[in-house]
Amino acid sequence: MGFMNLFKTVLRGNWGVHPADHKRPAADQPIRSLPLPPRLHLMLSQHVGAAARPVVLVGQKVKKGEVIAAAQGNISAPLHAPTSGIITAIGEITAPHASGLPGMAISLDCDGEDQWIDLDVPADPYAVSPAEIAQRVAAAGIVGLGGATFPSAVKLNLGRRSSIDTLLINGSECEPYLSCDDRLMRDRANEIVSGIRLMLIATGAGLAKVGIEDNKPEAIAAMREAAARFGEVQIVPVPARYPMGSDRQLIVELTGREVPSDARAADVGVIVHNVGTAFTVHDAVCRGRPLVSRLMTLNGAASAMPGNYLVPFGTLVSDLIAFTGGLKGEVAKYVMGGPMMGTVLPHARVPVVKGTSGILLLDAAEAAAMEPENCIRCGSCVKACPMGLLPLEMSARIRNDDLDGAVDLGLADCIACGCCAYVCPSHIPLVQYFYHAKGDLSARQRATLRTESTKKLAQSRQERLEREAREKAEAAARRRAEREAAAAAKAAADAAAKAEPLGETA
Amino acid sequence: MSTQSLATQPIASPHAHGGNSVTRTMFRVQLALAPATLYGFWLFGWPSFFLWLLTILSCLGFEALSLKLMGSARIKVTLWDGSALLTGWLLAMTLPPWAPWWVAIIGGFIAIVIGKQVFGGVGQNVFNPAMVARVALLVSFPVPLTQWVAPLPVTSLAAPDFIHGLQIFLGNQATPDAMASASLLGYTKTELSRGIDLLHSLGGDHGALFSWAGTRAGSFGESASLLILAGGFYLLATGIITWHTPLAVLAGLAIPAAIGHAVDPTHYLSVSTHLLSGAAMLGAFFIATDYVTSPNTGAGQIVFGLGIGLLTWIIRTWGGYPEGMAFAVLLMNALTPVIDRFVKPRILGRDRKGKPLDIPESKGA
Repeated sequence: MGFMNLFKTVLRGNWGVHPADHKRPAADQPIRSLPLPPRLHLMLSQHVGAAARPVVLVGQKVKKGEVIAAAQGNISAPLHAPTSGIITAIGEITAPHASGLPGMAISLDCDGEDQWIDLDVPADPYAVSPAEIAQRVAAAGIVGLGGATFPSAVKLNLGRRSSIDTLLINGSECEPYLSCDDRLMRDRANEIVSGIRLMLIATGAGLAKVGIEDNKPEAIAAMREAAARFGEVQIVPVPARYPMGSDRQLIVELTGREVPSDARAADVGVIVHNVGTAFTVHDAVCRGRPLVSRLMTLNGAASAMPGNYLVPFGTLVSDLIAFTGGLKGEVAKYVMGGPMMGTVLPHARVPVVKGTSGILLLDAAEAAAMEPENCIRCGSCVKACPMGLLPLEMSARIRNDDLDGAVDLGLADCIACGCCAYVCPSHIPLVQYFYHAKGDLSARQRATLRTESTKKLAQSRQERLEREAREKAEAAARRRAEREAAAAAKAAADAAAKAEPLGETA
Repeated sequence: MSTQSLATQPIASPHAHGGNSVTRTMFRVQLALAPATLYGFWLFGWPSFFLWLLTILSCLGFEALSLKLMGSARIKVTLWDGSALLTGWLLAMTLPPWAPWWVAIIGGFIAIVIGKQVFGGVGQNVFNPAMVARVALLVSFPVPLTQWVAPLPVTSLAAPDFIHGLQIFLGNQATPDAMASASLLGYTKTELSRGIDLLHSLGGDHGALFSWAGTRAGSFGESASLLILAGGFYLLATGIITWHTPLAVLAGLAIPAAIGHAVDPTHYLSVSTHLLSGAAMLGAFFIATDYVTSPNTGAGQIVFGLGIGLLTWIIRTWGGYPEGMAFAVLLMNALTPVIDRFVKPRILGRDRKGKPLDIPESKGA
């Protein structure tokens, strides 16, 4: 194995980076619950796929766990009330996105009673059929909690359909600053293992491997203890290296399999879920509870009480800050997620969503932006790129408007992990370039599709006109032929009639 | 395509940075050069110090002038990145230590204006600026560029003092005949052309061993191979450079040299002589590793380095000039875009040609 690792290092190079992790002291604080804020704002679109459709009316009283918006279409997830209260509005609020654009949300005034609906708990959760586990996961509104927010049930069903042999559980938590998965593994290891067992049943996989970065010894120990009785759940320490938690990298690390660039993980027989997702699967199946809150990290030099908090969805970041002792100094940048891939927030009055793994309150020193300089072609980005791309060449082409050139170099394979920009000595915002180019690319593809469909419409119209003209001409010809035939018959009859008397006379 | 979102303050991730900068990188390279340079001052005295200083000042001056003429708003920042300073320093390392003042001025002009700024400044040049200047100077002014002096440590009585050194540097004093000397590569080439083979010409005190201590005629970069090597290891240790280029350059030089020497020791210099003479060490660790003008993948750098080593050996052995490192570097610089075009890393999930890997049969739905 040691030799194989060395071989892999020589062959693939030392991809990735080792950022200062800033995980402590937040990671060593016990899990704390946040008190209920006066009002929650639940974004209708907080997962990959179609937005949820509201099924409540303004003024309606709801209980905790009641469905307030239903899934729409195949890839979507329902929303549940995180607490009991009254629906006060269904309208636009600022979405937790860098653009600061509004999105639709349901606002709920909390009544403070936090009263659950009647929960449906199966007698023996491990005896439930695979399809029913997936169905319960779907009904609980569970999405990938690592940040991708892809509806989990869709992935579980996919697993059953495409012969998955190994279920990979991502506990690497490679983003700096974040420690919610670490904390969850330390404090809720039994529940996570229970969730993993349920997911094994749902996917039909025989083996689960939990990859945990070796900078979390407490989590590894806790998970090993919890999984000791279950041979099908293996705990595998992986080297701490960003982006180990990216699915393609983790799949290579844990199974040695490489996912073809135009295929999905399921195509090589694996499926990846986050430890947080495993925990909520346990909650949904064993306790009947839908996904209404999550564990998330509050961190950054400007936060007064960094730590991991159990936060109901829809809590405003500003409420979170107020509940945790306010700010320490001034916030230069609000970030949702980790510093490597997180999103800048326009301000603190945006709600926590299912994909919020952390809120970072970065001070001026942490958020310092350096002025970009010319690329000196040092190749640091090439060495750091976990996908084997040439970021410097791609950005040079994007700067020159050569989108095709960038695509040829593998722009579509970029996972936007940020390693290149992290190591760039010239402080070039490479990821910004790539987002920009990907945006342009999808705009161009949309335009192409539109042109093509217009062309197709025009073509079919042309065909239809031609066909109609042809049919008209044919009909006319047919009628003429009939007319001529009738005339000929008539003429023949006339001739016969004329001839008869003659014949008689003859 | 609108470039508006590229021009605005970046909002995309990452929101953290590793802390590396162009200035820091250049500073580390300069730090790696410092021991060999200081040793060179000690060996060759005040004139060499003046030459080093003026070459650097000339490069900085022409850099500032070019930026001003182009209307750059970032003159100070760009000067501070240390790239022009490094170019001047590297150029000075390759010059005869007692070269006159105007060599420094003209060298700085060629390196910065012609070698770098006309291409668009830092990061844009095709050829290594210091090598462009070195070659242009050698071809244009062969006499002062091949006048080597025997080392004369500053502490020795015969060494020129500050004033005398300045006079030598300004060209008011001819180099004393007693001090004029030839570099090992130049000497053997001349002797070979006179029909005297290596066994005879190298019979005396011209052994390669002298180069480790550096007490022999040559440029800074030649005189202190050991200190240059130490600087190179520092660059490797700090991750400024990787092993690919230096190892390939040295291998590209050593392998043909070993074969040649084994076949005919009277006409082909030994491996150690090749590696320790001329600009071999400086070229392998400091010149060929220039980021801008070398390929950006490890595999490409191996091709590039082997080419430099081989060309250097060919020029040294059969060419008209005793030393060929500068020519070899420029030739391979020209090939860098071609190498980069053909040698690319494999993308995860794709084969070497860029086609997506096949989906395994047994696993597919």
